[in-house]
Amino acid sequence: MPPVIPLAALFLAAFVLPLIALVAISLFRTPQFAELSLAQYLRFFSDPFSIKVLTDTLWLGAEVALATLILAYPLALVYVASGQFMRTLITFLIMLPLLTSTVVRTFAWIVILGRDGIVNSAMLSLGLWQAPARLLYTWEGMVLALTQIQLPLMALPVINSLLRLDGNLTRAAEGLGASRARIFITVILPLTLPGAIAGWLLVFAAAATAFITQTLVGGGRLILMPSYIYQQAVGVQDWPFSAALSLIFTLAVTGIVFAIGALSRRYVRGVDAA
Amino acid sequence: MELALSDVRGHSLDLRGIGHAFGATVALDEINLTVAAGELIALLGPSGCGKTTMLQIIAGFLRPSKGEVRFDGARVEHIPANRRRIGMVFQNYALFPHLTVFENVAYGLRARKRPNAEVAAKVEQMLGLAQMAAFARRLPGELSGGQQQRVALARALAIDPGLVLLDEPFSALDKNLRLDMQIEIKSLLKTFGVTSIIVTHDQEEALSMADRIVVLNKGLIEQIDSPDALYDRPASLFISSFIGHTNLLRGTVTDADRVQLDAGPEIDLGRSVQRRRGTPVTISVRPENIAFGAERPGAIPITIRATVPLGAVSVTEGVTASGEAVKISQARAAGVAKAQAGETAWLAISDVSRVSIFSTPVDDVSKH
Repeated sequence: MPPVIPLAALFLAAFVLPLIALVAISLFRTPQFAELSLAQYLRFFSDPFSIKVLTDTLWLGAEVALATLILAYPLALVYVASGQFMRTLITFLIMLPLLTSTVVRTFAWIVILGRDGIVNSAMLSLGLWQAPARLLYTWEGMVLALTQIQLPLMALPVINSLLRLDGNLTRAAEGLGASRARIFITVILPLTLPGAIAGWLLVFAAAATAFITQTLVGGGRLILMPSYIYQQAVGVQDWPFSAALSLIFTLAVTGIVFAIGALSRRYVRGVDAA
Repeated sequence: MELALSDVRGHSLDLRGIGHAFGATVALDEINLTVAAGELIALLGPSGCGKTTMLQIIAGFLRPSKGEVRFDGARVEHIPANRRRIGMVFQNYALFPHLTVFENVAYGLRARKRPNAEVAAKVEQMLGLAQMAAFARRLPGELSGGQQQRVALARALAIDPGLVLLDEPFSALDKNLRLDMQIEIKSLLKTFGVTSIIVTHDQEEALSMADRIVVLNKGLIEQIDSPDALYDRPASLFISSFIGHTNLLRGTVTDADRVQLDAGPEIDLGRSVQRRRGTPVTISVRPENIAFGAERPGAIPITIRATVPLGAVSVTEGVTASGEAVKISQARAAGVAKAQAGETAWLAISDVSRVSIFSTPVDDVSKH
């Protein structure tokens, strides 16, 4: 028996078969599994609310990915310029979120952002705010929490491509008279773009599908695809519609990931792919 | 925009009392060096001798722990690398892989915010001089090593540098291409009249390129001299074996002008050895300064090990009675019988005035 068979069997049982089941379920017209049709898909694409939920979710992923990207570059530049001790420390701090469970990390944000949370108590006791601000259950609070939680997925590829950047290239640019800002924009950024794009795609996919954080920090008023699917499947018991939602969401996220990956391979020149 | 090449003059460079330490490790110690405008200097030394540190100090990537760096007499230690107007050519060329050849050469001009028309004219001129005009739209990855090097030099020269620094510029090239590129680049640098400093561990590169060679060893300058003087009159045992090939024979001073070699004979050096009797010395004799001769007083007996034909010359290797390896380089003249391995041969020094004498280092004496 070839050694790949157990893994292939697991893959088949845990991934391929459920996916086939999902496709099959999505093709029923009623929650009672009567009548095969494309009705669930037509229902989605003719419903502005559903489409808004999808675009909001994709936009959330894009926004979080952009926020992590903006944070990752300064962090990576500091990392690369640091000595061994600082590098170990920074690596530890970056990895820390990955070592705690999603639920714990998310509850930490609830403690920080809540009505009686750290931010509100601090601002109130300093007299800077008159009344507690609403931070939890807001779009911005959700973006903030997801940005912190997903930062490792961005920081690691960016640091990796920065480490692989030949130091002589930045020295050459400096010797030719370029300022630090110019060196960053004309040399460092284009040459670390594969790493940044890889990180962006990882964070995009992870943030858009982050059910727990979205639900707990975003709350019930912000409806996004993961909680929409959950609500349709568990709350309304409409399995065909929630199966269709799942497939549409999966295709949308993977489609964007593949499209951006293909575009970057085509237009990022002279840089070996990360 | 016409550029009168002969008018472009490089900086003169002065290093005064330069020292640099990385923590407790002293990389450079009391370096004093004056380079005239337009001169081509090689910094030569084994790895770890401090030559790269010296280059980084001149370029402004590193601030020396002590001492002064002067361009045209003015101190520059406080001036950052991007304001020094220095052209650098790196070992791996460090061309920007995502930019075309044209944009690579234009980089320094764009950093100086020159108008587009001027940039284009200058880049075309530089690519023409480097014989790379046909490759302007290529990416560096599509070029051969020699072509990349031409682009790297064109990029460095495009900013009208006062000084060009080349860090091991030929080490990435095939051996066959190396000499061609050395000649080509030397003539380009000379055309520009720019002061140039080449850092290398390859003595052939230093000998073929430089007006003067600075030999560095363990953070100190061992000798500054022309290539010929360095070869013919090495100032130290280190240089005599580092520059070119040489035979080192140990002996003891027996008279004002005589040395008793461990290998057998007493030889007359025809000049004062300037050491007291009984001093252990090492003499350095170049392989081409030894010839096979007859058995007679003063001739050195060796046992032949092998003879290797090397094109124009053939090199014979042998060993003396005292166990010292000796190489003899001869023009591969017809009619000379090839010495066979195991045979005994007698060697004569052709020109004793070209033999260098050094005190044997103490740690060698003990092994004696």
